[in-house]
Amino acid sequence: MPLTTRIIPCLDVADGRVVKGINFENLIDAGDPVELASKYYQQGADEITFLDVNASKEGRSTVLDLVRRTAEQVFIPLTVGGGIKSVADVAALLEAGADKVSVASAGIERPELICEIANRFGSQVLVVSLDLKRSVDKRSGFTVTSHGGSIDTGLDAASWIEKVQELGAGELLVNSIDADGTKKGFDLELLNLVVAIAKVPVIASGGAGSTEHFVSAAKTSVDAMLAASIFHRGEVSIAEVKQALQNAGSFVRSAA
Amino acid sequence: MTKRVVVLDYGIGNVHSAVKALEYAGAEVELTSDSKKVQDADGLVVPGVGAFAAVMEALNKVKAPELIDKRLSGGKPVLGICVGLQVMFEKGLEHELETEGLGQWPGVVAKLNSPKLPHMGWNNVSSAKDSKLFAGIENELFYFVHSYAAKEFSLQVDPPFIAPAVSFAEYGERFIAAVENGPLIGVQFHPEKSGEAGISLLRNWLGTI
Repeated sequence: MPLTTRIIPCLDVADGRVVKGINFENLIDAGDPVELASKYYQQGADEITFLDVNASKEGRSTVLDLVRRTAEQVFIPLTVGGGIKSVADVAALLEAGADKVSVASAGIERPELICEIANRFGSQVLVVSLDLKRSVDKRSGFTVTSHGGSIDTGLDAASWIEKVQELGAGELLVNSIDADGTKKGFDLELLNLVVAIAKVPVIASGGAGSTEHFVSAAKTSVDAMLAASIFHRGEVSIAEVKQALQNAGSFVRSAA
Repeated sequence: MTKRVVVLDYGIGNVHSAVKALEYAGAEVELTSDSKKVQDADGLVVPGVGAFAAVMEALNKVKAPELIDKRLSGGKPVLGICVGLQVMFEKGLEHELETEGLGQWPGVVAKLNSPKLPHMGWNNVSSAKDSKLFAGIENELFYFVHSYAAKEFSLQVDPPFIAPAVSFAEYGERFIAAVENGPLIGVQFHPEKSGEAGISLLRNWLGTI
């Protein structure tokens, strides 16, 4: 029996609240992170991800507090991303109750960070987040962006993925900048490309608008799918996504 | 009566979750490596994440091998989680590195033979027939995250002692998911991260101690 396809609701947090914007802009308030995480846990989420979207110094202690409170009532893996720049940042999050951290821009600016985290805590704690965008100039057809898609780093997506795997990534979070916020479905072309070169689990992100979108993405053999607004707005529940996946022949963990 | 559990504090990873999950399951929990508290508790939990060698080094620093030995020789329950299970075996093999374990059980911990590692996610466990740990949750899924595992259990136990109950899981190959051997219990997955099924398993353990 294969592992179940994991469904991961992502909570973008800023100043202790859940927010959501399209293409990372125009953020609106979407609720209390601990309450929402707890609700998704009850509904059968396989993991929870917090993404600190305006990771400032003051924001750090707020996030640590959120993680601590969430870990008191949510007994599934918890990943935290946003603003992680050092091994000390990771240590503080793990101590607060996070199981994994996700690193994006900081790993591009200083790739050794990926190595340092993996060596200190093991690859299993490290999700490398990739904000990828179509680009005709690139060998793979996709470029690596940073800062929510606003900066093109000039790195080829396939080369960067190979590099982060060598450096010690334990999981790849593949976010399509082209699909994010569109609700037109995950970027299947991008997912196929990543799955073909991935040696570690792959999480698809960006573009989910219906249960069918999850079913199509599961066919690319990704290990997990992450979504935010579709769940926050109550358009589709985690149970409905899992039911659709199960009907299509995927192996899922049913809600408690 | 409320069970008093010590989660062994030896400076590794996320132990907050283990403490909270045990509390949620009904135990009174303390995070410490104090020798007297470790011996006096109804149950000792040995968590563990990361590399076998790093975990052993950290365990040695707080004299955990002696603490665990002493408890077990008095028949007091010990529960190892993830690498906390792995270190109960004789040795760990990582890359070219061979590290001595606690040697409570014969056998080695080696890399899983699977195309994609770490083994990360929810998987089935074929629970042993006489398992107390999996009673009522035989068909549930549990959350695993590891790249190494023990694959065989060769300890022979003569009557009147009860034979160990060994449960297996599969990922690329068959490996040990749980061992119930008298007071010494180990699980390769994370019950503290396995939702309500994991809480039930912790409750089952608390019920035996």
